[in-house]
Amino acid sequence: MMSREVDRRQFLRTGLNSAAAIALGGAAGAAAVRGSGGDTVWQLDPEKCVQCGRCATECVLKPSAVKCVHAHDVCGYCELCGGYHQPYVKELNTAAENQLCPVAAIKRTWVEDPYYEYTIDEDLCIGCGVCVKGCGSFGNGSLYLQVRHDRCVNCNECAIAKACPADAFKRVPAKHPYILKGEQGRTQPIEEGGEKA
Amino acid sequence: MIRRAAAILAFLVATAIPSAAVERFPKPEFETGYTMPGTLTPPPRADILENLDVAVLAGAIALASWIVLKRRSRRETFWLMLFCLLYFGFWRKGCVCPVGSVQNVSLALADRSYVIPYAVVASFFLPLLAALFFGRTFCAAVCPLGAIQDIVLLRPLKVPSGIACILGMIPVVYLAASVVMAVTGSRFIICRYDPFVGFFRLGGPAYMMAAGALLLLLGTVIGRPYCRFICPYSVLLGWASKIARRHVTITPDECVQCRLCEESCPFGAILMPLPKKAPEPRVSGRRRLVLLFALLPVVAAASGWIGARVSAAWSRSHATVATAEAVLLEDRAGLEGVTIETETYRKSGLTRAALMQAADLVRDRYVVWGALAGVFVGLAFWARLYEFSVRRRRDDYVPDRETCVSCARCFEYCPKERQKDTGAEAGS
Repeated sequence: MMSREVDRRQFLRTGLNSAAAIALGGAAGAAAVRGSGGDTVWQLDPEKCVQCGRCATECVLKPSAVKCVHAHDVCGYCELCGGYHQPYVKELNTAAENQLCPVAAIKRTWVEDPYYEYTIDEDLCIGCGVCVKGCGSFGNGSLYLQVRHDRCVNCNECAIAKACPADAFKRVPAKHPYILKGEQGRTQPIEEGGEKA
Repeated sequence: MIRRAAAILAFLVATAIPSAAVERFPKPEFETGYTMPGTLTPPPRADILENLDVAVLAGAIALASWIVLKRRSRRETFWLMLFCLLYFGFWRKGCVCPVGSVQNVSLALADRSYVIPYAVVASFFLPLLAALFFGRTFCAAVCPLGAIQDIVLLRPLKVPSGIACILGMIPVVYLAASVVMAVTGSRFIICRYDPFVGFFRLGGPAYMMAAGALLLLLGTVIGRPYCRFICPYSVLLGWASKIARRHVTITPDECVQCRLCEESCPFGAILMPLPKKAPEPRVSGRRRLVLLFALLPVVAAASGWIGARVSAAWSRSHATVATAEAVLLEDRAGLEGVTIETETYRKSGLTRAALMQAADLVRDRYVVWGALAGVFVGLAFWARLYEFSVRRRRDDYVPDRETCVSCARCFEYCPKERQKDTGAEAGS
């Protein structure tokens, strides 16, 4: 009597096990059919970005994986820069009180009269987008935000993407992980290009 | 000088036009040999490394199964657990993990437009498949969330089985809630409220770090609190383990019922033998079962209704619904752009009707999925009730297949195990 009962339960368990294994395989197959094959990473579309400042605060990394990048071929190299200087600035120099960037991450260097080059020190940049807003309102819009993939841990769900008011974040193919402005944006370079930042 | 003046003039004019992507200043023509620097594009992690993660996961689960089932060694389990904590936790920063992948897979199955990477599919199914064959060996040594709790366990206290049973239903509710949130496209709450990932990344939001610290503190006296009373993936693993083909046994031989292992499990997963009792009269047993099965549709309907109601209120956590409601509130108050979301919506040029329609669509999905999730939770509660009402004979000390995480701690308490060890040593 007892052995029969054990056998019945054993049988039930094996049956359920097989059914579950088949169901699991089916679900895995169904999910994999939806799979992309290639991997994807998070990126933000600078055309949609409204510079709300949440990239600096919402990222699971501190400081954020989003940084400001500069499309130099879009820049006007102005002496008075909407992205670099405070509004209504008196003196066009590099004094701290004249700078817009809260962490002084933009380096201003003289090239030739009357042009100045602006470069981002990504180690300092917190991705707040203050300069992007300034550059977009008063300049050519050559400063913009991008997810930097040497920092991004490619979360299952991007915390900034969920907090983004403009729905500017999306998953892009890992082969083309940036949405760049300027000439580089048209050619989509994938190698670690450029000279130096 | 003229150029400079022109530039400043242009600047002043440009302040009036608030638009991006306008070339207000012409591209300069440099006279010196200046070359424009390009934008650095550091590449993301290579695809091949994602596949490596899956291979390490598969290898670690296989190794864990072999160690707990064949080698029966706590020490080896511990070292594998430590390796996995370092690899999946601190090196891979706890992402993507099988626990969170529940959400990706459910979203992929519900939403055809969602694209799920193969690595995520694999990390969801491998531990479940292993659990169907060998029990929860993934929990034993591979899961970094389990490992970080396992190493802080110093003086385990016993949680009364009644309380443990009630708390053990939290993961079912959490699983249902996280699936609803995932399939409606709201957010992945398992990842958002993952208490330990902040430690792996060496920094994170304050609430996450505080919750993690609290759980680890609690974990010094209560074994694996997250695994037992929160982890939504543990529900699926537990069910798979329940019908597993093979499972860890406390004794390598025949149980002699010495009671030495009785207190050895820090997770309260050892089932004691049930003393023989006079069989229950057939009539009362049958009446109870009939009542239980009569209760089944009532429970399912009630929990489904509750799920739908709760979810309808909950739909506010979806960005579209929140924006739509905020816009309506603003309209009523005669305000504009109170939040960044409403301001962005007003700038986007989307019509009011389109926004409201999108919000209604999300609300409908919430109600449907909420009802399904409610039925699921109701059935899980009912199944637990059913388990209580059916008495099975048990002669030996056995692990509870559903809650046992195959940590291999109880082995060394068994005299038969020691006998085997010394026998092997004498033989060699």
